Amino acid sequence: MKEQWRSFKPGVWIREINVRDFIQANYTPYDGDDSFLAGPTANTAALWDQVMELNRQELAAGGVLDMDTKMISTITSHGPGYLDKEKETIVGFQTDKPFKRSLQPYGGIRMAVKACADNGYEVDPEIVEFFTKHRKTHNAGVFDAYTPEMRACRSSHIITGLPDAYGRGRIIGDYRRIALYGVDRLIEDKEEQKATTRSTMYSEIIRDREELSEQIRALKELKELGNIYGFDISQPAQDVKEAIQWTYFGYLAAVKEQNGAAMSLGRTSTFIDIYAERDLAEGRYTEEEIQEFVDHFVMKLRLVKFARTPEYNALFSGDPTWVTESIGGVGIDGRHMVTKMSFRYLHTLKNLGTAPEPNLTVLWSVRLPENFKRFCAKTSIESSSIQYENDDLMRVTHGDDYAIACCVSSMRVGKEMQFFGARANLAKCLLYAINGGIDEVSKKQVGPKYRPITSEYLDYDEVMDRYQDMMQWLAGVYVNSLNIIHYMHDKYSYERLQMALHDHKVTRWFATGIAGLSVVADSLSAIKYAKVKTIRDENGIVVDYQIEGDFPKYGNDDDRVDQIAVDIVHSFMNYVKRNHCYRGGIPTTSILTITSNVVYGKGTGSTPDGRKAGEAFAPGANPMHRRDTHGAVASLASVAKLPFKDAQDGISNTFSIIPGALGKDDQLFMGGLDMELECGVNSACSIPNLMEGLDDRND
Amino acid sequence: MVGRVHSIESFGTVDGPGVRLVVFMQGCPMRCQYCHNPDTWKIGGGTEMTVDQIMEQYEKNRSFYQRGGITVTGGDPLVQIEFVTELFQAAKEQGIHTCLDTSGATFQPKSESRMELFDRLLAVTDLVMLDIKHIDPIGHEKLTGRPLAPILDFARYLDAMGVPIWIRHVVVPGITYEQGELYRLGLFLATLSNVKALDVLPYHDMGKPKYEKLGIDYVLKDVPPLKNEEALAARKIILTGIRDGKQKTV
Repeated sequence: MKEQWRSFKPGVWIREINVRDFIQANYTPYDGDDSFLAGPTANTAALWDQVMELNRQELAAGGVLDMDTKMISTITSHGPGYLDKEKETIVGFQTDKPFKRSLQPYGGIRMAVKACADNGYEVDPEIVEFFTKHRKTHNAGVFDAYTPEMRACRSSHIITGLPDAYGRGRIIGDYRRIALYGVDRLIEDKEEQKATTRSTMYSEIIRDREELSEQIRALKELKELGNIYGFDISQPAQDVKEAIQWTYFGYLAAVKEQNGAAMSLGRTSTFIDIYAERDLAEGRYTEEEIQEFVDHFVMKLRLVKFARTPEYNALFSGDPTWVTESIGGVGIDGRHMVTKMSFRYLHTLKNLGTAPEPNLTVLWSVRLPENFKRFCAKTSIESSSIQYENDDLMRVTHGDDYAIACCVSSMRVGKEMQFFGARANLAKCLLYAINGGIDEVSKKQVGPKYRPITSEYLDYDEVMDRYQDMMQWLAGVYVNSLNIIHYMHDKYSYERLQMALHDHKVTRWFATGIAGLSVVADSLSAIKYAKVKTIRDENGIVVDYQIEGDFPKYGNDDDRVDQIAVDIVHSFMNYVKRNHCYRGGIPTTSILTITSNVVYGKGTGSTPDGRKAGEAFAPGANPMHRRDTHGAVASLASVAKLPFKDAQDGISNTFSIIPGALGKDDQLFMGGLDMELECGVNSACSIPNLMEGLDDRND
Repeated sequence: MVGRVHSIESFGTVDGPGVRLVVFMQGCPMRCQYCHNPDTWKIGGGTEMTVDQIMEQYEKNRSFYQRGGITVTGGDPLVQIEFVTELFQAAKEQGIHTCLDTSGATFQPKSESRMELFDRLLAVTDLVMLDIKHIDPIGHEKLTGRPLAPILDFARYLDAMGVPIWIRHVVVPGITYEQGELYRLGLFLATLSNVKALDVLPYHDMGKPKYEKLGIDYVLKDVPPLKNEEALAARKIILTGIRDGKQKTV
């Protein structure tokens, strides 16, 4: 065994690239509480102060502090950048200094130029000319191939947010491989893959060989990135600090080359913990030092920045990077996968203060240890920054080494990737069904000229019948647009480093998405259970609706309407499946417009549920705002009915709750949470704080 | 059996242990000046629901309530005591924790038939959240429109029956935010051995719009909400009363 692997339990992972096997053989589940955690060191505090100061400057400068306009970002394009070299234990920035955004034109030169121009910068004209005349971009490729119908769908927002002018993201490299094996071993592995491809040169074999060559080149550059910062990452990491640094270099290389819509980290905490446990046992590092490494790592992840346009930021409501890290979960052998490192990652929300990035995501299972659940609850209440996902549901499909890309897309790390597909606007599709393919906003014939509905009052069966046809059409244009997009992305903006950190044969999920589900469910419910009158413009196009009577609304645990939502998801998924998907992609769908629901609503006319033109949709699978009137459980129960098997790319529910509704302030009263934890069902409850009050009589 | 229900909250976290299904029963004999649910007062209003319908709603989402149960509140649930008894019986058959949130105003220790009803209910009640609105008999009647005695009798009866109670007390500036009253409440609580928790709630005026909507005069319109720190101070005074009371009896 290599020296860096001292005291690790050997297994299959020694012979082949297999991080999961390494984790399962070596991790230490932790059942204890959070009392071992260490606060921020003086260096951490000083660095974070520096970051906050830069944040203020960036804000004062209008949202962008500095942009690179001359140097095209590659893995090795920039020299080293630091906040304070003496204080940083984990190093590396996307450019030669923090807060300077890199220039990434491969997704589309116009987008890169606009991102700079909107922020008051000008891209070097030579670069613009080069990427206009001599080197085609992903964006240019896509528009060469789009049909007029696809363009019309795109500009009328029935298909929205397509990654045709920006990086698709959603691919998670297995960055842990770098720490465990060192880059040389990974190159060796890729060389072997290349040497063993089929030798008859079908086009896919040619592509395969070209891509493997690109991957090998990227790995070599990755080694060079290490050198730039003074590290030799050709060999495995030998302690926790190096394990974090090596892993981070992999991630850093990815974000230097790809400005993806979601650049997620994976599932690193339990892996890193194995090194921490060994270092603690060897006396190499203390808890304070280990927490400092983690804090500095997370600080770096918080400072990932991309050059983006105001429109992009409007679509995603901010400037998200989706550095999602998946924490916890349960192994298929039944052991939970919570380690001390799971606590340390979440503890950064305390040490550095709360922040939306990295998107710390707990893979929740009923079988997680009680102490960890409490810690999560506590940290959630204090920071409102933890995302929860159902591990019990996803483990069945993805095993115990999957991670979340973006907000809900699950994939086995290094074994599965995703073609991100934005979403189809099903609410607008319903309006097309009613208006025979005419867009209710532009009044143009965008969809097929199916017979419109001409009656004054809408009939459920008639509307449903037309809607099914229109969904089938929409799924076709949508999937085929995505086929073009992913073909061109692979061709002109291939994620060579991220794919180098995957197995040779990967499963490709072909992701689609749905926007406006709750609007559709409520609209169809209104048509079915109340009376919906159409209001037409001078050309007979329905532009508004009048509802007479009441109707069941999605979000109240009422099967009459919830079942409509379930059926719509199921039908749409079936229509998607009927289409050919690029590169053997397996179609999935998601219901997860966490932020873009506002923009989608803006481009959609009035709907039969009473929503007025331009009003926001509900996010993801959420019920429409204020229509869930039976409390949180009923609202959650409606969402929970949506079938995961038809929406395997994930279902999101954005849930906010005022702290008072979660239980009482335990200082003032007996704490709701304490009670819940102290009392078993049916046991006479004894509330500790009553007695506490009685005991402090001598105060 | 059919009951008149004002509304159901599927995610109750402040009305008993855990996450609970909270049933707000319609109808109340009290007219507390600070009541924030005046729409539950009218007897005979609300929606008719059967025990089965409520149980079905609970069963559907049982996984949410694993550490909780059912709480019945109102209004005053004891206005429909037979319905609540039947609901709790059904719940206990399923092993569900039952909690009754009441003022106890309808307790009548001298009426044999009423006591029979109370005994049947208490046999299937795991916890009572008892609202003591005011410890002074005159103040109580002024604040709620009903006498204090039955409420204290009910507390004592629950003690004798071994039913655990959580005490709730709303502190209102100028009415119950008064040292002597709070201390006396503590002294009374010290005579009970079944008090498991003390819930001191600062008065708030979030019910005001409902009064306007219902066209009822809001008597406390000039009373400011109580601050959390003040409620905390009030709680300390009650605790002192309990401590001193316990000392005396020992």
